[in-house]
Amino acid sequence: MKILVTDRDGKEHALEAIEGWRVMEIIKDYKLDLKAECGGACCCATCHVYVHPDWVEKLHDMRDDEEDMLDEAMEVEDNSRLSCQILMSEELDGLRVTIAPGTEI
Amino acid sequence: MTINAQTHITDAIIIGAGPVGLFSVFELGLLDIKAHLVDILDRPGGQCAELYPEKPIYDIPGFPVVTGQALTDNLMKQIEPFSPIFHFQQMAESLIKLDNGNWQLATDQGTILEAKVIIIAAGGGSFMPKKPKIDNLEEYEGTSVFYAVRQMKQFEGKNLLIAGGGDSALDWCLNLQPLAQSTKLVHRRSEFRAAPDSVSKMRALVEDKKMELFVGDIKELHGHNGQLEAVTVHPKGSDPYQIECDTLLAFYGLTMKLGPIANFGLNLHENLIPVDTEKFETNTDGIFSIGDINTYPGKLKLILSGFHEGALMAQQAFRYIYPDKKLRFQYTTSSSSLQEKLGVDNNEAA
Repeated sequence: MKILVTDRDGKEHALEAIEGWRVMEIIKDYKLDLKAECGGACCCATCHVYVHPDWVEKLHDMRDDEEDMLDEAMEVEDNSRLSCQILMSEELDGLRVTIAPGTEI
Repeated sequence: MTINAQTHITDAIIIGAGPVGLFSVFELGLLDIKAHLVDILDRPGGQCAELYPEKPIYDIPGFPVVTGQALTDNLMKQIEPFSPIFHFQQMAESLIKLDNGNWQLATDQGTILEAKVIIIAAGGGSFMPKKPKIDNLEEYEGTSVFYAVRQMKQFEGKNLLIAGGGDSALDWCLNLQPLAQSTKLVHRRSEFRAAPDSVSKMRALVEDKKMELFVGDIKELHGHNGQLEAVTVHPKGSDPYQIECDTLLAFYGLTMKLGPIANFGLNLHENLIPVDTEKFETNTDGIFSIGDINTYPGKLKLILSGFHEGALMAQQAFRYIYPDKKLRFQYTTSSSSLQEKLGVDNNEAA
């Protein structure tokens, strides 16, 4: 199972994903530059990513707390999500996301 | 800004009042070392209080589950016998070594502290306001663009634009609207996460034409010589437009930055402070670093690691503060002198 993560320089990385892990945790595990300062508590918006259009519909809907927290993210778009709120599962094998600005360590 | 010319002289200055800074008061206190703490937040707890007060933590020894706020409250209770002095809403700004061998720390609010040892327990750094990504933002900061309100009077008669959708944005809208010449609020969407009561009050003011509400993101600032005149807002799915204003108050939440600690002359490795694992001391004698802000081989950013680091740090701090005294290691379970420090009533305990 893999996810494809584009960093802020536009370089794409194929990362081995683990069922049940948060996408944020996988990105952090590979030491890509993602602040994620609250550690997955949906409290900071510093794990903001853009989800590739092909995948937007395949993700579960945002809960209110994720939508609320996006208020503190920068340059929010319709495909914005907090990567700590996306849990890896077989259906998301191949998920493509891009790390958003404002999440620099 | 208040300038406090008085110098506070103490044994140890702890930068950061998060869980690790708080627990180090306990470990220092057992060794008769008095401490002052400096924190940029307005209350103790650090990340536990600011980021996740209500979120459960599962890896504190002895607590199967505890919230960030409950852990903070318990730590405050635990260190009460040692009467630590807190300097809140202040950022440790500069550190110099005095001729008498002590360290002198100055805060951005003008507080001066002096002690034999410094303990940096600053976690991810200072909580600072998140800034929007706008090219010429810096040009207006401090003159027309602000991220906090220290004195309401400053905004009297201004044409205010407030940005954000949380409690800070809404509270300041309601508080400043009566003082300002005009008040406008801009937020990325039409829903607000602020307290529902504040949101209804704001909507009532809009209804009464006492303020205006805009939906969209600020993308450009316009003005001259640091004086803001208007901003360009991009709403979703329609054309950009301008909003006239002379003052922008932006409330996009807080994020942690290392800040002035970077200029304390300490070795840094990827914005972390390297320490040894015997004393948790930096490359400078008398300056320690514990908790998330330090690094060493095998470091884990866990609260429990920070507690351990604080206990070992205190042993070495004792040697600086009481160079002529012998350090005796004692347990709180058996030592009557430690129990006395903790205010334990021994007649009852026996």
